[in-house]
Amino acid sequence: MAMSMKGDFTDNLGKIYSVYVGGFAGFVVLMAIFEMLGVPERIIMWSYMAATIGIYAFIGIMSRTAVVSEYYVAGRSVPAIYNGMATGADWMSGASFVGMAGTLFVLGYDGLAYVLGWTGGYVLVAVLLAPYLRKFGAYTVPDFLGTRYGGNAARLVGIVVLFCCSFTYITAQLYASGIIASMFLGIDFGLAIFAGLAGILVCSMLGGMKAVTWTQVAQYIVLIVAYLLPAIWMSTVTFGIPLPQLTYGGALTKIGEYEQVLGIAKSYVAPFQNMSAFDYFSLIFCLMVGTASLPHILMRFFTTPTVREARKSVGWSLFFIFLLYFTAPAYAAFSKMNLMSLFVGAEGNLLPFSSIPQWMLQWGSIAGHQLVTICGVKAETIEAITAACQAKGFAAGFPFAELKLNNDMIVLSTPSIAGMPIWVVGLVGAGGFAAALSTADGLLLAIANALSHDIYYRMIDPKADAKRRLLISKILLIVVALAAAFLARTKPSDILSMVAWAFSIAAAGLFAPLVMGVWWKRATNLGGIMGMIAGFGITMYYLIGNVYGFDFVKGTGDEISWFGVKAIAAGIFGVPAGFIVTYVVSLVTPAPSQEMQDFVDRLRLPKGGTMMVAGH
Amino acid sequence: MTDKLPPEVAAAHWSKTRGLMWTTLAIWAVFSFFIHMFVSSLNGVVILGFPLGYYMAAQGSLIVFVVLIFWFSSRQNSIDEEFGVAED
Repeated sequence: MAMSMKGDFTDNLGKIYSVYVGGFAGFVVLMAIFEMLGVPERIIMWSYMAATIGIYAFIGIMSRTAVVSEYYVAGRSVPAIYNGMATGADWMSGASFVGMAGTLFVLGYDGLAYVLGWTGGYVLVAVLLAPYLRKFGAYTVPDFLGTRYGGNAARLVGIVVLFCCSFTYITAQLYASGIIASMFLGIDFGLAIFAGLAGILVCSMLGGMKAVTWTQVAQYIVLIVAYLLPAIWMSTVTFGIPLPQLTYGGALTKIGEYEQVLGIAKSYVAPFQNMSAFDYFSLIFCLMVGTASLPHILMRFFTTPTVREARKSVGWSLFFIFLLYFTAPAYAAFSKMNLMSLFVGAEGNLLPFSSIPQWMLQWGSIAGHQLVTICGVKAETIEAITAACQAKGFAAGFPFAELKLNNDMIVLSTPSIAGMPIWVVGLVGAGGFAAALSTADGLLLAIANALSHDIYYRMIDPKADAKRRLLISKILLIVVALAAAFLARTKPSDILSMVAWAFSIAAAGLFAPLVMGVWWKRATNLGGIMGMIAGFGITMYYLIGNVYGFDFVKGTGDEISWFGVKAIAAGIFGVPAGFIVTYVVSLVTPAPSQEMQDFVDRLRLPKGGTMMVAGH
Repeated sequence: MTDKLPPEVAAAHWSKTRGLMWTTLAIWAVFSFFIHMFVSSLNGVVILGFPLGYYMAAQGSLIVFVVLIFWFSSRQNSIDEEFGVAED
């Protein structure tokens, strides 16, 4: 499609992506036709994976580059709306795609802390940071910290924080892509991880940020279609209107009625049943501030042509993210309603063992995971379930309360549960895979660029030429990706649960110095550095202390807890600490030089082009 | 270029920018935290099957955030133009 373009997309974006959307729609229709012709399921699944990875690879190869600024910031030529889509894909991880609706399904109202927390942070990005970082014109977030706070010490602390929040995150993305690929393709998990790894490297290695940007736009389109279609389908089937976001009010009402019938005490829409109001609000706070501090998100706003576009682009980003996040509660409500209706119709509100749906056993018996449990056992065979339930005193069937679904299976399994055809199931698989790959790409670049640009070029060999710098970047990219893949392969449960920490770590370590660096001229080098160390240090101390205790073993009784704050909201201590320490230390150290104050002044005025032109 | 900008113009531009920042963050704080403190009473109002408190967290606040960012960026843009510091 882009053969006549000579590798440069930006002049024909509208045309290229229209062709792409048309081609994708055509492909989905083709899969539907294949299904009608009786082509085996397996082949349809494989076609989805092969076609999507193929197109990402094509875009990645077409966008290869040997220009440093294209490699690091896509040549600063990405229009606001496309950067919005790319940020959407960058932001929405495999976990958002796969797990968000499931979390809402299980937690009800309290789960909305994630919906709010993962959207509201963009207001902070737009107002406090994105336009100024864009004006500065850095290639990486530590680059800004190093320049604002006087050199390599600040740069290094920034890199440590970046590495801590991004590396666990990328490991989880590779894990998610492995899970999705192994479920949908029916291949071994270890092998599937390397399918994910290949998918990531083809997008990023040859073209850096430029290639990642254009593949992320393509991935966004796949993932949003894959997310919306089943929800629209369920809404149309249940209420006859294809607007799930409007009609799920009806599903909420039904859930309320079913709760009465089934005697469920916890109301789905009532607040603070699963977490306290304090936990709820501190979680929202940490997720929002974390959003505004994650380097792989901030660096997306380095790629717009102007400061003005950077601001607008944050609006588009949130709009595209909003499309998924305001659909997730609808998804959850429809699934919950459908599932509860199985029990409401049955005698005594007990689902008879003989009418256990096939999908429960199918998903329940997937090896290595506890996706469906009934009466406390893995739902593998009717006999096993019957025995377990009878031991609990349920002779004829089991009640709704004894059925437990894993958060992560709601989205992936809904199409097959609701009896949608296999071409929809395959589409959802491709969407989840796109979500995991696109986030992994962004994270991989954030880490590899910090290592190659900040450590190698800025600290070790400032005289290196463009060719050498790009070579080093690419080598580091592969090394980081391989390390994450090998780690993910060991299914490190601890690392996966640490992903939720990334927000608190980023918020505590980076938010205060970034914001004060722009908004407070008096912030000094030592203030910024100490602020980062204090915020990051307190948060890490609390996270490790709260989860493991200081013998580094879980559940040995030496765990600490301050005011009952959960590990996931540990940033509630670190963020204020970062601000206070930056403030106090700045006041007791001499004011920054006139040169630095002028630097901040120029940062605040959009006019006059980027500031970091020299040396690039 | 920007270096020639008189300091008082730069200061006026920054004070307006700061004002907009506080306004935007105040609206953000209301829809991130404040209204959700009244979720239980808001849930008494049901529109199209949606309890209002639930709706605000699931959809209402999100719509406000999207609109807020676009509003902010156009306001900031006119401030920049007013002081002649917008990009060409």
